[in-house]
Amino acid sequence: MQYMLMIFVNEARYPKLTPAEREQGTAAYSAYTEALKKAGVLNGGSRLQPTSAATTVRVANGKSQVLNGPYADSKEQLGGYYMIDVPDLDAALSWAARCPGASHGVVEIRPVWTM
Amino acid sequence: MSEAFAAALVEWPASGVPRTPEAWLLTVARRKMIDAARRRQTGDESAAALAIIAEELSPAADENPEIPDERLRLMFACAHPAIDAGVRAPLILQTVLGFDAGAIGSAFLVAPTTMAQRLVRAKNRIRQAGIPFRVPERVELAERLDAVLEAIYAIYAEGWSDPAGTEARRRNLADEGIWLGRLVASLLPGEPEALGLLSLMLYAEARRGARRTAQGEYVPLAQQDPDAWDQPLIDEAEALLLRASDAGRIGRYQLEAAVQSAHVIRRRSGRTDWDAIERLYDALLSLTASPVVAINRAVAVAETRGASAGLAALDALKEDARLAEYQPYWAARAELLARCGDLPAAEAAYERAIGLESDESVRSFLQQRRAHVTVTASTLLPSGSSRNAA
Amino acid sequence: MRYLLLMYQQEAVMRNLPKETAREVHGAYMAYLDALKKAGVLVANHGLQPTSAAATVRAPNGKAVVLNGPFAETKEQLAGYFLIDVPDLDSALSWAERNPTASHGAVEVRPVWG
Repeated sequence: MQYMLMIFVNEARYPKLTPAEREQGTAAYSAYTEALKKAGVLNGGSRLQPTSAATTVRVANGKSQVLNGPYADSKEQLGGYYMIDVPDLDAALSWAARCPGASHGVVEIRPVWTM
Repeated sequence: MSEAFAAALVEWPASGVPRTPEAWLLTVARRKMIDAARRRQTGDESAAALAIIAEELSPAADENPEIPDERLRLMFACAHPAIDAGVRAPLILQTVLGFDAGAIGSAFLVAPTTMAQRLVRAKNRIRQAGIPFRVPERVELAERLDAVLEAIYAIYAEGWSDPAGTEARRRNLADEGIWLGRLVASLLPGEPEALGLLSLMLYAEARRGARRTAQGEYVPLAQQDPDAWDQPLIDEAEALLLRASDAGRIGRYQLEAAVQSAHVIRRRSGRTDWDAIERLYDALLSLTASPVVAINRAVAVAETRGASAGLAALDALKEDARLAEYQPYWAARAELLARCGDLPAAEAAYERAIGLESDESVRSFLQQRRAHVTVTASTLLPSGSSRNAA
Repeated sequence: MRYLLLMYQQEAVMRNLPKETAREVHGAYMAYLDALKKAGVLVANHGLQPTSAAATVRAPNGKAVVLNGPFAETKEQLAGYFLIDVPDLDSALSWAERNPTASHGAVEVRPVWG
């Protein structure tokens, strides 16, 4: 089954990290991504630029509204995601728990519609 | 600007008509814009815009009978060749009409921060390059005027996609485009293209009420009820076009207005004058080489010489990469393919058009057209054979 | 440049659409997907099952805490995404505008690293 792992962390913490902490974080994600690949479950993923680079579009009665910023303001923001293909929800949860994002943020897991 | 007019209506009866009404209007508008900018949180862009206006419009100018020219001079500065073509219309919206970057961005489908940056860059350019605030001399005027007219048309066109004009709070760009068009036409009455553009916009505006049903469904031009068209606006548009043609200098806006005129003939004669429309598009094409004109011409050719001829005219545009993501191209192709009986290709073309359309009511209309093609195709198949066998 | 188009819409509304409307909406998404492919800009896309199928995991001290439900309650919920590769933000915004979700919800456009 395919799941999307969405990583929510507080963007505001990034500028406060020391270079060592930053390096450690990057290494942790690299290791995690490698593990997903080696397990043969990785099916895609992206790291997103911060919400300061987001733009939101709505169309009402054929007229477009373009706003700076993400869809919603929240304490933690979507920073990236992984697409994984695993046997069941338990497997997805155990992968989510290992994600570095789970330790200083939250990972949401959602099953995907199969076409 | 419309706020200033409203203020004028309220105050004139009490204090009598001011000596120079235009000057009075401009002063009120300037005051209101300054007030509005102070009220707004992010007043940076408007403050900068007002600085330009303030610099160029000294109080002494209020006594100048040519006051309305100040706005025209501002527009010529905004449409100067040194200003990037894509930012001219936004700049006019900001400096002449006081729009903020967010509203302008929404209209042109650009992120507000991006639009704000482009506007700041453009205004810096005006200051640094020393772009003059003046109506160009006769020799340059026609060419430079074209840039101004193009910007106004872009503003009107962006307002076109809000057929119901539903959000009064968000300003109606079509009204603003027409307001600017009236301004230019009144200040340059001897310029046939200025009259032509205003005529064109009024013809289009006259049909606003007929473009959607009461339920918000899309109504194509061919199916619009001429009685729903605004007669006084059409009369005004026709008068303007006549005046323009007196000058004997044909241009693209007059030609486009003439096309509109040929369409609205239907209210009197019951039929559209497609022969005239085809000839007008021939002329437009030789003037502009625009693929949009070519598409419209192909549609006209389909009416005068049959769907195959129209399709052949469209096929000539196949290699133009700009059309790959242009919904009207695919919608026109779909229509003509259907009329030629190539139903699978028509279906595929409708699919392309639907995927490229952002207005839900137009999407819905196209989906119905496609469904009709699908149904027709299935009824034409001999019973028992699969579709793939065709 | 890669951009993620995140689609937010009201699950409850979409779930309760009359059959004819639902068919039309589905058709619109199929056409949109097709247009993205034909334009050569589609990298990936997925539709998400509703938030009733969501779970969240926090593991602040290495100990996982699992809760049912999405990360946050919002008026509109994330329904899926399109990952596209286009020249610039303007281009991404014009694709976002065509996304059927823009007409009955909101489409967030976020640039992607790398």
